[in-house]
Parts: sequence; structure tokens; C-alpha cells
Amino acid sequence: MAGFDKRVSTYAEALEGLEDGMTVLAGGFGLCGIPENLIAEIKRKGTRGLTVVSNNCGVDGFGLGVLLEDRQIRKMIASYVGENALFEQQLLNGELEVELTPQGTLAEKMRAGGAGIPAFYTATGHGTPVAEGKEVREFGGRRYILEHAITGDFAIVKGWKADRYGNVVYRHTAQNFNPLAATAGKITVVEVEEIVEPGELDPSQIHTPGIYVDRIICGTFEKRIEKRTVRS
Amino acid sequence: MALTREQMAQRIARELQDGYYVNLGIGIPTLVANYVPEGMEVMLQSENGLLGMGAFPTEDEIDADMINAGKQTVTARVGASIFNSAESFAMIRGGHVDLTVLGAFEVDVMGNIASWMIPGKLVKGMGGAMDLVAGAENIIVVMTHASKDGESKLLPRCTLPLTGAGCIKRVLTDLAYLEIENGAFFLRERAPGVSVEEIRARTAGELVIPDHVPEMQFD
Repeated sequence: MAGFDKRVSTYAEALEGLEDGMTVLAGGFGLCGIPENLIAEIKRKGTRGLTVVSNNCGVDGFGLGVLLEDRQIRKMIASYVGENALFEQQLLNGELEVELTPQGTLAEKMRAGGAGIPAFYTATGHGTPVAEGKEVREFGGRRYILEHAITGDFAIVKGWKADRYGNVVYRHTAQNFNPLAATAGKITVVEVEEIVEPGELDPSQIHTPGIYVDRIICGTFEKRIEKRTVRS
Repeated sequence: MALTREQMAQRIARELQDGYYVNLGIGIPTLVANYVPEGMEVMLQSENGLLGMGAFPTEDEIDADMINAGKQTVTARVGASIFNSAESFAMIRGGHVDLTVLGAFEVDVMGNIASWMIPGKLVKGMGGAMDLVAGAENIIVVMTHASKDGESKLLPRCTLPLTGAGCIKRVLTDLAYLEIENGAFFLRERAPGVSVEEIRARTAGELVIPDHVPEMQFD
């Protein structure tokens, strides 16, 4: 990587250093704003034994779902995994471990991880199975559970536009978990629809400042829609 | 007659106030958006990061980057904002959402709610439900009063794993509107033509019945 020019030209280069057994944080909500080409590259590389942290696990045949086909995921940390038959099968067979985490807690775990906060207290999940084995502490008469931050060896992120400095903007609700994952990866790789000239992005409109980003790659995207709904 | 899904949505819509920020869960809660009273403005929060959810798009407006928490394609209304998931849940967990409406499998007299997991069946995950019930002050649970087999869902104690403990104060069912207070359900309104006796028969948890229980009115 040459100084502030974070662009790489191939997906192989984008994921150089990703090894078996690593933890990967992935942006996206459902199939919206997922780093689809980086996921496809992990499949091509055949990296195994991964812990993947993402709100969902794609669908059969697309998104993170493709990493289940060759059993590349050992453990999934997610808030909702209901859209995926292969996931269900591997979970029931004991081939896949899953840690279901409330969505807001998952987002905050990544945010905290990226911000150097090792753990935080939250009321979410207190008194439920999520609280099992976790420290409980009372503040102002209410009980909270201790949740630990998450960081990853890699973060894979889907942006809309970026410049070579690694400044990124997201488009519409494709933002979701992406900026949080971006802060919490030891190596953060962002794939975007367009790499623009330095100065084109308004500094006050940047969602992810380049300091969090290690590699930028420009890709083309299918952007599959999970539930196409129109008004009558 | 038990309330229809549309009537349940209409009844909940009466709890809306002008200027409210509202989070609507999947299912009947979503229908509430169709009954916002004329002249009233509310902003719908979708926890994937959209405040000011609009109508579903036309065929021409469909945009893969614009979805709601149910993963359906949507539009943003005028005055909307879009943000990341931590920001979205800061709104929820920080108590900034004025009204949350969500479904459940069971609710009990202590205000516990179970809505995400049936042991023995596949567990799909809690999504944002635990954050919503823990963070919101003003929550209405919407569900049928009893299961298809006639088993009450309003219990002395939830039997399923909880989504949240002691956080529910109001429940609307197809038979009644109830409040939870001091370890009991208080019957506040009944569906048109549904007797107090029928509600009593279908409520397993302690039920307090005031002298007068008004019947809900619908146009």
C-alpha cells in the first residue's frame, strides 16, 4: 500500500492476508449493502474455519450464504438468520455454531470495538437467554448486562463512492452496519461502485473517514433484492 | 366478534399523536401506517437505518439500496433521514422513539414478553426485538388473545424464553385492550360484541375487571 493511495486493482489483492480461522466483520442488512464481490472472493480463495460477524447470513446462493456451501464458516454471530435453508441444516447438524445477538447490541459491539471500548452495559437482553453468564449491574434502579466489544481480523464493507484516501460515502439504507464494521477491522477493505478523484467528496458528508480504511476496490454489483414490494 | 387485523390496526392508530416517532413491527403493527388520522403527521422508524419511511415504491422507483427492516423495498418520505445501525439503535435504546408496536407469542402479568423463540423449533433470531422492548417507554403489544387451539397467550408467567422482562404495560388483542399493572391484567376495553365472560375465559393470568368495560367503536 502506497501511503494514502489505498486503491487495489484485484479482489485477490483486496483480501491478501485473510487466513483460515480468522474473524471477518461484514456490513449489510439482508442483501442490502453487502460486500458481494468480497464475499465471492472469500469463496474463491476457499478460506475456512471463519468466524463471521454480520447482521444476517445472506440467502441460499447469494451473499454470505455462498460461504456455507463449502462449509467455510465455523461460527456466525448475527441477529437474524431465518432466510437460509443451508444455514438451518448445518446448524442442526452441529457443523455451524451460531451466537444470536440482539441487533442493537451487535451494532454497538462493533462500534465499541472500533472505538477502543472493551465492553458496555445495556438493558437489552436482561432477563432473557441472552443474559446467561453475563455480569449484571444496577444503575439508577435498573439492571443492565455487560456486553463485550467485537473486533475483526478483517472487515469487509460495501460503500457507494470512495476516494483514494479511503474516505467513503454510502447510499441510502445500504449504509446499515457498514460504517461500524469499517471501524472495527484490523484490516478494513471497502468495495465501492465508484472511485472518485480526491476533492470530489464533500469532507463534511463523509460517512467513513479514510483513517479506518486500508484498501479500496471498485467493483460491479448485482444488488439482488430480497423482497421486491411495490404499491398497487 | 373478534377484531379483524385491520380493526386491530385502527385501534392502535388511536394511540398516535401528531409529531410522534413510531416503530412498527412486522405483521399487524405494519398495518397501523394505513390508519394515521387525517391531518396528523408521524415519522416511522425502520431499524435498519431509516427515519421517515414512506410508501412502497412504484415499479419505476424500486431501488435495491432502499429497504425497510422487513427487507421490503420502500421509499423515504419528505423529512426523512438515513443513518447507520448503531445510530438507529441509539434512537431505540436511548428512549427517543415515542411509540413501539410489536407482536408477541406470550405476555404475562409481570409485563414479561416472549416473542422470538419456541424451543424445539428452529431459532431464527431476535433481530431488533430485544432492543425495542428494553429501550422503549411506550410499547403496545398486538397479538391474538389465544392460540388457534384456544390456549391463552395472556399468562400468569411466560412459558417461552423471554424477549424482555417487566417491560410491557399495554396489550391489544383481537378480544380486548388491556393494561398491565401490579401483577395483573386490567381489562380496559372489549371488542364489539365480545363479552367480559369470554375474555375472562380466555385470559390465564389474573384479570381485573372494572365495573364498566366500554366496547370499542369502529366506523
